Amino acid sequence: MTAASNTADALAPPAASVPSLKKRLRRAEMRKKLLYGALILPLAVFLLVAFVWPIASLLTRSIDNPEVHDNLPHTLRELKAWDGEGMPPAAVFTAFAAELESAKGSPAIAEIAKRLNREETGYRSLIMKTARKLPLPADTDVPSALTEIDARWGEAETWRAIRRSGGATTPFYLLAAIDRSIDTHGNIVTAPPEEAVYVNVLMRTFWMSLIVTGLCLVLGFPVAYLMAKLATKQSNMLMFFVLLPFWTSVLVRVAAWIILLQNEGLINKVLMAIGLTDGPLQLLFNRVGVYVAMVHILLPFMVLPLYSVMKGISPVYVRAAVSLGCPPFKSFWKVYFPQTLPGIGAGALLVFIMCMGYYITPALLGSPQEQMVSYFIAFYTNQTINWGMAAALSAVLLGATLVLYMVYARYLGPTRVKLVKPR
Amino acid sequence: MLQPYASPLERAWHYGLRGLVGIVLVFLILPILVIVPLSFNADTFLMYPMAGFSMRWYEEIFTSGQWQLAMMNSLIVSPLSTLLAMVLGTLAAIGLVRTDFPGKALLTAVLISPMVVPVVIVGVAVYIFFAPLGLTGSYTGLVIAHAVLGVPFVVTTVTATLQGFDFNLVRAASSLGANPVVAFFKVTLPLVAPGIISGGLFAFATSFDEVVVTLFLASPEQTTLPRQMFSGIRENISPAIAAVATILILLSTLMLVTLEGLRRRNERIRGKRA
Repeated sequence: MTAASNTADALAPPAASVPSLKKRLRRAEMRKKLLYGALILPLAVFLLVAFVWPIASLLTRSIDNPEVHDNLPHTLRELKAWDGEGMPPAAVFTAFAAELESAKGSPAIAEIAKRLNREETGYRSLIMKTARKLPLPADTDVPSALTEIDARWGEAETWRAIRRSGGATTPFYLLAAIDRSIDTHGNIVTAPPEEAVYVNVLMRTFWMSLIVTGLCLVLGFPVAYLMAKLATKQSNMLMFFVLLPFWTSVLVRVAAWIILLQNEGLINKVLMAIGLTDGPLQLLFNRVGVYVAMVHILLPFMVLPLYSVMKGISPVYVRAAVSLGCPPFKSFWKVYFPQTLPGIGAGALLVFIMCMGYYITPALLGSPQEQMVSYFIAFYTNQTINWGMAAALSAVLLGATLVLYMVYARYLGPTRVKLVKPR
Repeated sequence: MLQPYASPLERAWHYGLRGLVGIVLVFLILPILVIVPLSFNADTFLMYPMAGFSMRWYEEIFTSGQWQLAMMNSLIVSPLSTLLAMVLGTLAAIGLVRTDFPGKALLTAVLISPMVVPVVIVGVAVYIFFAPLGLTGSYTGLVIAHAVLGVPFVVTTVTATLQGFDFNLVRAASSLGANPVVAFFKVTLPLVAPGIISGGLFAFATSFDEVVVTLFLASPEQTTLPRQMFSGIRENISPAIAAVATILILLSTLMLVTLEGLRRRNERIRGKRA
C-alpha cells in the first residue's frame, strides 16, 4: 500500500457513511440546481399567462368554427341521420325551429346568419326572415310551415350547407388567408380575382421587406466598414450618429420624415432649388416615403451586427493577399468580403424579420397600397371584428417570422439576439 | 490613414468611402436635427423658413389636458412595466446562467421570443385574451403587456453580463457566512448592476415608445405619449408634435449617454480583472 492510499483510507469515514457523503453532495448540488431553476419560474409563468397562452388561443381562433356548432347542436345531431339526398326527416325541421327560436333576440342568431351566409350568399336574410316568423303556431307541420316561410327550406342544398358549416373547426380562414376556399363539393379552389387580396398583401409584405433589407445592406455596409477600420475615437463618433436615431422614438422619426418629405418640405425645396424638378415631387403617402422612413428606422439594426463582425476580422489576411500581388479590390472582394458574410446574414435576417411585422410606419406614411399584413390583422380585429380572419393572417405572419427567427438563432445563438428595439 | 504614396485609385476609394458614409450619416441624423428648431416656431406650420422664435408650443403641451394626461400615463406605465421586467428578467437570467437542463435552449428562445413576434400579433392576442378578464382599458393590462415586450431585453443583457461574472465570489461570500440573500444583494447585484440597468433602459425605451399594443389595449384615459403622438401625426400635425419630439430626443440622448457610461464602466472593471 502506498502512502497516498493510506492517507485516503485514514481520512475516509467509516464504510457505511461513504455513499451518504456522495449522496449528500449530490443532494446539495440538486438543491442548488432546483433553487436556481426556481428563479426562472416567475418569468416563465408570467410569459406563459400573458404571452404564450394569448397567442396560442388567438391561433386556435383561425380554425375555430363555433357559430353553427354551438348554437344548433340538436339540428346537427338530427342531420347526421340524413343521407343528404331528398328532404331531411321532420325531426331536423323541428329541432331547427326550436333552436332558431331560442337563438332569436340574442347575438347567436346574427352569428348563425353570418356564418351560413359564407356558405351561400342570401342565407343571412333567410335566417333573419325565418327567425322573425318564429315561433310557429302550436301543432303545425313544421317542415311545411318552414317551406312556406321560404321555399329554400324545401331544398336539400340548404340543409347540406347547415351540415357543412357545423364542424367544430374549419380550414376556411386559413385557406382564405392564401386566397383559397372550399367549394360545395369539398374541393380547394382559388378565390375569384375580386376577392383574392391576401396573396397580394403577403407578396407585398415580402417584397417591401426585401427592398428595405437590400437598401439597409447597401447603406449600412460602408458605414460599418469604415467604423471597423477607423481608430476607436473616430469610430465612437460615427457610432453616436448610428445610435442616436436608434434610441430616438420611432414616432419622432416618422414625424420628422413627414416634415422633410412633404410638398413644402426641405427635400422638395432643395430638389427645386438645384433645378432637378420644377414642381414638388409627391414623396409622402406612397412607397417612397415608407421606404425612406423604414430604412432610416432599421439601418442601425444592419450596421450593428455588421460592425461587430467586421471588428473581429483581422487585417492580416487582406495584407497577405495584397503582398502576394492580389489587387486591392480583388483582395477586398475575395478575402475580406467573405468574412463579413455572417454579419450580413445576421443583419439582413434581423432587418427582414422586423420589417415583416411593420405596422406604424406604413400606417402613417403610406397609402392603402403600402399596407402590409399587420395592417390587415389590426383591421380585422378593430374594424370588422372578424377574429377568425385576423387569427389566420396572424398564423401566416407568425409562421414566416418564426422560420426566419430559427435560421437567425442558428447563426448567432438565441441569447445573442440583442440590440433589437421597438418598431 | 492615407499614405502619401497612395495611387489615385486608392485615393478615390479613400475619399469615396468617406463621402458615401458621410451621406448615410447625414441621412441618419438629419430628421432629428430638422425637427428640433421647428418646435420653437412662432407659426402653426411645420416648415422652413420659420416665422420666428416662440415657446408657445411648449406652453401648449405643458398646459393642454390631453398632452398632460398622456405624459402622466407614460410616466405611470413605463416605470412600472420596466420594474416588473427588471425583476422577472434578472431572476430568470441568473437561473438560466446557473443551471443546465434539457430544453434550456428552447426555454431561453421562448423567454426572449416577445422580441421577435410581430408586435401587432402580441397586441391582438393580448387584447382578445384580456377583454373578458376586464384588463383592457386598465393600467394593469397595459403594464403587463409592456413588461412582456420589455423583458427579453433584460434577460439578454443580464445573461451577457453574468457570463463574465465570477460565481466564486458568491462562494467566497457564503464561506464568510453570508446567507444567499445577503450574498445576492452585497456581491452579485452590485457587480451585475450595469447589465440590469442597461436592460432596464431598453425595457423602458420599449415601453416609452410603444404604440401598437397600446392602440389595442388602452382606453382614452390610458392614452400614453406615443399613442397621443400617433393620433397627433395622423390628424393634425402641429409644432406641438415637434415640441414633444424634442423632449423625447433629449431623453434618448440622455439614455444613450448613460448606456455608454455603463458600457465603459463594465469594460473598465473587466479590464482590471483580466
